[in-house]
Amino acid sequence: MALIDYANPTRFLAFAERVLPWLIGLTALALAAGLYLTQGAPDDYQQGATVKIMFLHVPTAWLSMFGWIVMSIAALGTLVWRHPLADVAAKAAAPLGAAFTFLCLTTGSLWGRPMWGTYWVWDARLTSELVLFLMYLGVIALWRTVEDPSRAGRAVAILTLVGAINIPIIKWSVDWWNTLHQPASVVKLGGPAIHPTILIPLMTMAVAFTLLFVTLHIAAMRNEILRRRVRSLMLLRAQAAPGSAS
Amino acid sequence: MSPLAAIFLRDIRLAVRVGGGGGIGVLFFLTVVVLMPFAIGPDLALLARIGPAILWLGALLASLLTLDRLFTADHEDGSLDLILMSGTPLELTIAAKAFAHWLTTGLPLVIVVPLLGLFMNLDGRASAAVSLTLLVGTPALTFIGVIGASLSVALRRGGLLLAVLVLPLTIPVLIFGVSASNAAIIGPLPFGTPFTILCALSLVSLVVGIFAAAAALRHGME
Repeated sequence: MALIDYANPTRFLAFAERVLPWLIGLTALALAAGLYLTQGAPDDYQQGATVKIMFLHVPTAWLSMFGWIVMSIAALGTLVWRHPLADVAAKAAAPLGAAFTFLCLTTGSLWGRPMWGTYWVWDARLTSELVLFLMYLGVIALWRTVEDPSRAGRAVAILTLVGAINIPIIKWSVDWWNTLHQPASVVKLGGPAIHPTILIPLMTMAVAFTLLFVTLHIAAMRNEILRRRVRSLMLLRAQAAPGSAS
Repeated sequence: MSPLAAIFLRDIRLAVRVGGGGGIGVLFFLTVVVLMPFAIGPDLALLARIGPAILWLGALLASLLTLDRLFTADHEDGSLDLILMSGTPLELTIAAKAFAHWLTTGLPLVIVVPLLGLFMNLDGRASAAVSLTLLVGTPALTFIGVIGASLSVALRRGGLLLAVLVLPLTIPVLIFGVSASNAAIIGPLPFGTPFTILCALSLVSLVVGIFAAAAALRHGME
């Protein structure tokens, strides 16, 4: 089964119906396992139990960027290969990415309040995440403004690719800007030096959230295909109506 | 006359004769800068410190204000369809239009900066630094704005959407423009580093902007 087989929306719908129950079950299992494992993770010697918000915060941060990557690949699919499902995938991914970015910002500031004494710092990572959130909202606004879905898809695809160029620039340049004005005050994870008691629950949660993203994404794609069918049916009916009236 | 030169001259004539697009941008820039002391208080030392940031922000908003006319007017009177159908490569046409747009709206902003710098209590050296960074930075704003203008050309109320789409993309230009100005005024970093990156951003957005805008126009006008 190649990816091209699912270019047909009807086949994709059948595939979604078959695979969604399994995905939902897997996601629930992974989330349960992740939540159970986080209960066993030790408290930080400095931060106490508040460190556990990390198990929500880090996966959502990862998925906020994953969402834009999905949209960029879908944008290539729209512009280069004209894959009929690519703009459906892009449209379904945008609100999901925005939601995970919002969760990441919220959990981050709830974590930041007891740790840094403030909800918000104009730090490089926080700022670039906020900019990412704004870009998601812009993409969603463009989707809603253009009425014809295929035209909207191509406009959004161009914007997505331009935004994808911008993301590393934003991350890197704000870093640079901060070192000019104030030293970075953000706590950073010790990279590979994380102890397995923390690392294993974190990875489990990351897998669980990725499964959640994939499940919601396929469900949203299914809804979008159905929504487009309803739209074209209504257009057909609207075209037929004046003929029958006259 | 070559088609590109014709479009370039036509856009400049339109901007100068009809409605004074560049003049309105400068007026808006002036108003934003005048409003700032009312908002943050007339402390001259504070104004001098944040002056470059205010001037950059004002120029960014002013250049945004005139962008939605870039393609919309052509779309309304049908000349955009003729431009799309002509044999001239669309990318070059967009580059010509964008350059004409920058000459009539971006360059006037740069020219009035020394005057507005007086309001912000900037000395001559600081004003020169801000002017120089705006001179190399405003083309980037125009070329990024061209993408938004071409995406929103056929939309009703596209102007508001244009601002939302374009502003996040201009953040790097704003960051390096302000940090280059500040580096020239208070240091401690050398002026050259952020200034070179600002030049690079302008060149990159020139390439990305015209190709993305051409793709957006081709797809949007079908």
